[in-house]
Amino acid sequence: MDPLDIARWQFGITTVYHFLFVPITIGMAFLVAGLQTAWVRTGNDKYLQATKFFGKLFLINFAMGVVTGIVQEFQFGMNWSNYSRYVGDIFGAPLAVEALLTFFLESTFLGLWIFGWDRLPKKVHLLTIWLAAVGTAMSAYMILAANAWMQHPVGYVFDPEKNRAQMTSFTEVLFQNTAVIAWLHTISAAFLTAGALMAGVSLWLIMRRKSGAEAMARATLKVGAVVAVVAAAALGITGDQDAKIMVQQQPMKMAAAEALYETAQPAPFSLFTIGTLDGSEPIFSLEVPNALSFLATGTFDGRVEGIDNLEQQYQEQYGPQFDLESYTPNIPVTYWGFRLMIGFGMLAALFAAVGWWAARRGRTPESKWLVRMAIIAPLMPLLANSAGWIFTEMGRQPWIVFGLMPTAEGVSPGVGAAEVLTSLVVFTLIYGALAVVEVGLLLRAIRQGPPEVVVDPFADHGDPDRELTVTY
Amino acid sequence: MSLETLQIIWFGLIAVLWIGYFVLEGFDYGVGILLPVLGRTEREKRALLTTLGPVWDGNEVWLLTAGGATFAAFPTWYATMFSGFYLPLLLILVALILRGVSFEYRSKRSDPQWRRRFDAMIVIGSFVPALLWGVAFGNLVRGVTVQADGQGGWIYTGGFLDLLNPYSLIGGLTTLTLFLTHGAVFVALKTTNPLRDRAQQLAVRLGLVAAVVAVVFLVWSQLAYSGKTWTWIPVLIAAVSWLAGIAANFRGREGWAFIFNSVTLAAAVSALFGMLYPYVMPNVDRALPGMTIADASSSEYTLTIMTWVALLLTPVVLAYQAWTYWVFRQRVDPKHIVDPYAGSLDTPAEAAETGARAREAAGSS
Repeated sequence: MDPLDIARWQFGITTVYHFLFVPITIGMAFLVAGLQTAWVRTGNDKYLQATKFFGKLFLINFAMGVVTGIVQEFQFGMNWSNYSRYVGDIFGAPLAVEALLTFFLESTFLGLWIFGWDRLPKKVHLLTIWLAAVGTAMSAYMILAANAWMQHPVGYVFDPEKNRAQMTSFTEVLFQNTAVIAWLHTISAAFLTAGALMAGVSLWLIMRRKSGAEAMARATLKVGAVVAVVAAAALGITGDQDAKIMVQQQPMKMAAAEALYETAQPAPFSLFTIGTLDGSEPIFSLEVPNALSFLATGTFDGRVEGIDNLEQQYQEQYGPQFDLESYTPNIPVTYWGFRLMIGFGMLAALFAAVGWWAARRGRTPESKWLVRMAIIAPLMPLLANSAGWIFTEMGRQPWIVFGLMPTAEGVSPGVGAAEVLTSLVVFTLIYGALAVVEVGLLLRAIRQGPPEVVVDPFADHGDPDRELTVTY
Repeated sequence: MSLETLQIIWFGLIAVLWIGYFVLEGFDYGVGILLPVLGRTEREKRALLTTLGPVWDGNEVWLLTAGGATFAAFPTWYATMFSGFYLPLLLILVALILRGVSFEYRSKRSDPQWRRRFDAMIVIGSFVPALLWGVAFGNLVRGVTVQADGQGGWIYTGGFLDLLNPYSLIGGLTTLTLFLTHGAVFVALKTTNPLRDRAQQLAVRLGLVAAVVAVVFLVWSQLAYSGKTWTWIPVLIAAVSWLAGIAANFRGREGWAFIFNSVTLAAAVSALFGMLYPYVMPNVDRALPGMTIADASSSEYTLTIMTWVALLLTPVVLAYQAWTYWVFRQRVDPKHIVDPYAGSLDTPAEAAETGARAREAAGSS
């Protein structure tokens, strides 16, 4: 096997896996911070219960996000050393800032939050979870700015002497519209993920009539559902903006998202297609007329470039320098990735809203279907997030940096197939085993429910001989 | 500032990040390896883990920042070293994954088998990086087989077994024994008797072993690979400070011992970076070209930006990390751990069983 393929599989597996935990961490950090704020302001026990309960789920998840994140930072150098050298002058900077500015913030203040319940004044303790939450959101910004540069490289020149790209404007790299919109879209996804998780778990607690949990669960169901619905709306708006930027910067990706082979004006959007997997010979296709034109250009009769045209255009533009066989990404993956992202995301918000409606004004629904819905609602955004990233990364192919470096040239020249395969197998096995452990713990925590009796953890401060409230 | 000055600054800053990593995570590797040795009862084990609880993750970020800073400031070094030291890094990553989740998950369940497994992962997960970082640094100082690829990059052409030479293995033993001692001193500093006394006595013995290993390694480095007289200074500081640490330990002054050990780690890292300069990856055959900081570095523009970022942020990071240690300055008394056998995510049935076991243990002691 070719080391390139194995390295790509490894990057895909480790990154999609890492990104299962990331949005939960970001969204849940803010929601838990909000709940704790509500407790500090109102003194209402249900908010303390909610802080402790969802805080526990948050931390079980956070541990996985941390350890799988270390792999991310190392594997650029391990498997993609040519890429790292060629663009490190630009790409390395946001990563270093991410570590220095945000990893320290997250890890230190989360440590203070976890163990500080009986050590810090109430409001200082509240501040620690907010700082950790802000850290997670800023961390996302830095890595998305780095990724946006791969989608749309700006603020650099090519240095022929060193044979590499060099940064000319850090502000352009950090604040180009591709980065800003990707961050807004991703943060919205994080809130949808956390909102759907909170709503699903809360509905389950209500329907199971978990003792002592009802007041909390009704409050958190509302919070989770509202957050999910608002986040879904934000995803629609930011996604729409993102698509318009994409049409200008990476028209091939938009065409691949629709499997639009021939340039069309106006262009329809197909909800789904039956036929060949790559949509080249549809047998049946449910289409919304003019929708793709609107999505791509903002007008109902806008012109959308087709794959065949773009392929020819790229052959002429890039062929002399790169001589790649094809400039078209894998169409089945982009076509279905795009649809599954939108579909699963909308289902998540719908489920959260239905759950809230079913349990409105003190009702306790009994339907078996609602229980199932409560259980699968938190999974929907995870599928949507994965599909979205697979779409956007596969849609950039054959480039690792669009127009600048083909993916095939990015791999480590000195690393053989056996080494990459070893690490792929090792990571996959460990990640699989850890998934079982992590899900097991999450289910235990959910079944246990929130603590029935909550004592104000700040009440007995100052007693030197008191028992430790938090230990490892 | 000129590009040459910036390159030297960043070479120094990366040394500083490694110092931060060795001083801070060094002790939590030590505590992790010593978990079954010092923690004779479940209550003591929980106390040991609780001393690390609030800080281990923040300590590990020093490594991530060192990695990120190397990527940004010396991309060619990052690319060649990370792809060249492939298997050792894979082992380190696996270790860091396992130990990270183990800290968080171990005490969630009371099941003894569950806890034994995570204990083993904490020990192995701490042992592997404590050993391998020393091996990696040994190889850097000794030199590796690298060559320029003619397209701006450098390739490591050696194999995995080339990394396992006697000198570098002693380097591994050096970091391992230094971290073990550092960890024992940290336990003495952060716990109460009898754990404290036991850790202190162990620290004296480990400190003597480490002294021998480290002196052999550093003097060998100096004589064989330095080529500079001034690097004797950090080598001597490291040695003297280590002896002062052992003496402080012997007299029961673990706070001073911790400071002296930290000075040793800082001086040792400084010595190794001093010996490396002006290379980042010297060739094992000194007659052949090796990768210098000039070959490896980013552009003047990027280094200037990153210098500002580092100047602004590093003091803030140091301030709040120091504050964390201040907040958790109190010793962890095993007596204050409410119910060491209970898991926070036990089912009601498991909780009842654990309660019975705890009562039995209390009755028999």
